[in-house]
Amino acid sequence: MSLQTPARTVPPKGGTPASDDGTTPRSGITGVTTRSRILVTGLLVAAAGYFLLPVYWLVVASTKSTGSLFGSFGLWFSHPQFLSNLHQVVTYDHAIYLRWAANSLLYAGVGAGVATLLAAMSGYALAKFSFTGRDTIFSVVLGGVLIPATALALPMYLLFSKAGLANSYWAVLLPSFVSPFGVYLCRIYAAASIPDELLEAARIDGAGEIRIFTVVVLRIMTPALVTIFLFQFVGIWNNYFLPLVMLSDSKLYPITLGLTSWQSFADRQPQLYQMTVGGAFVSVVPLMIAMVALQRFWRSGLTEGSVKG
Amino acid sequence: MPTRAPRRRRDLVPVAFVAPFLLLFLLTFALPIGYAVYQSVMDVEHTGALGLGGSHTVFVGLRNYSDALSDHAFVRSIGRVLLFAAVQVPVMVALSAGLALLLDSASARGVRFFRAAFFLPYGVPGVIASILWGFLYVPGVSPLVDGMRHLGLSVDLLGGNTVLWSIANIVTWEFAGYNVLVLVAQLRTIPAELYEAARIDGASAWMTVRHVKLPLLRPALILTTVFTIIGTLQLFAEPLVLKPVSSSIDSAYTPNLSAYNEAFTNDNYHLAAAEAVLLALAAFALSFGFLRLINKRGGDA
Repeated sequence: MSLQTPARTVPPKGGTPASDDGTTPRSGITGVTTRSRILVTGLLVAAAGYFLLPVYWLVVASTKSTGSLFGSFGLWFSHPQFLSNLHQVVTYDHAIYLRWAANSLLYAGVGAGVATLLAAMSGYALAKFSFTGRDTIFSVVLGGVLIPATALALPMYLLFSKAGLANSYWAVLLPSFVSPFGVYLCRIYAAASIPDELLEAARIDGAGEIRIFTVVVLRIMTPALVTIFLFQFVGIWNNYFLPLVMLSDSKLYPITLGLTSWQSFADRQPQLYQMTVGGAFVSVVPLMIAMVALQRFWRSGLTEGSVKG
Repeated sequence: MPTRAPRRRRDLVPVAFVAPFLLLFLLTFALPIGYAVYQSVMDVEHTGALGLGGSHTVFVGLRNYSDALSDHAFVRSIGRVLLFAAVQVPVMVALSAGLALLLDSASARGVRFFRAAFFLPYGVPGVIASILWGFLYVPGVSPLVDGMRHLGLSVDLLGGNTVLWSIANIVTWEFAGYNVLVLVAQLRTIPAELYEAARIDGASAWMTVRHVKLPLLRPALILTTVFTIIGTLQLFAEPLVLKPVSSSIDSAYTPNLSAYNEAFTNDNYHLAAAEAVLLALAAFALSFGFLRLINKRGGDA
């Protein structure tokens, strides 16, 4: 297997503002004709249509009554009643939706936070100390990246239920604390960005190892840590199989599981169709805004993990 | 200057830093794998007349594996995801690479907007994307299906021959934008001198793509391909969510769905464990096989 040092990455601050718009510097390199500009823009618009159409449908559908969800043209509004839909979504069944949202935040926030810290600690140790078993540990962790999470979830459920941990917050949190990919990224980032001299200097100044880690190392590694946090957060937020396997009490559900439970009851209780759609809209919009706002962090971290052939 | 005591103390430092992660890694990776392998070679046997004498767990060797592999539904589910992967992985990688190259081309305008638009679906959880597209596939609700019917095209997006590709569409929609972002990030690392050199050599835009950009995209293309392969084998939420609206999806539609069903509907944990182990092995074999293939071919690159 040949996962190696990464290609040098883009400066985190999106440092090439001119080329970001694709206008200036490269136009002299390849002759830009009006025709190619029209062709390229046309293709990009078509692709954007594909990616945005379902989102647009969701926006429109979230404003409809259950009746017009099925009875009116899907891509246009019909007697918008978004606020009353919203009210129904958040108050139904003793505001269970809000509880699901809070659970999702807890799982994803705490899970990603702890995973990032643990990845930083071990990535730093694997990069900057030599000790017996170091390479073995690293290869085993790398192997972990390639194991499908769903193959792990079933046996983990059996183990956790023996330990009395199934159907608890811990059942979802503990696996979320582990990010092999995060350790991989941290090792590479620490090896490339933390100078040995700096660590030696800090030691000579009498700083303890914990202090060096919290003050020096974490600060230098911040760009990589933000990336890992985002990956892990979205990964946990979007995870479905693990909570589905682990949780039976609907009060512990994250939003993904909650919405599918509404959907599965909808043929008996048709109002749940509208609530599934409305609930999906409410849960997806904040994440989409965050996604777009944090794009530059994603971009700065993505090439770190590249595999060199 | 360094005496013995501090050196020994220093040896403990990396161990202390790695230990918390390693413990949890063992608990959530190594232990479940080991336990799945153990469960997969055991089975429950009933004793006494009519099995009323009680039950106990016995070692059965590879019997669960042969049971799994002689179960037509399970074997068909493996064939199905392999077919799915054979189509979806190339489509996904080609589409992502194409969009990334378009975004990186000199003719592109509004790159920021398009990049954000492509990336948006990545924030939509797979189950929610499936609920969403489910509505867009069902006749009577879907403006797409209804629109096509007005044009005289009647397609059943949930039928036996089509639903697999309707699922492929959901997966592509979710993850293509993420791959585009990876590839664009890689393209931005190409030094301007390379383009300069290509221009002096009189290379056309297409030749620059073919001989400069694509070769330098290789690492990112490999990464996206491996992740797409692993993702494909995990197919679960999409078919599960579409199951109520499509009669063509059964409870063993994908290997994952089959293992889940064996464990939670049929209470056959041992068979489910064997299926989970087979799934992990398949993912390993495919990812490593692909990486080896790439390394052999590109050894001189």
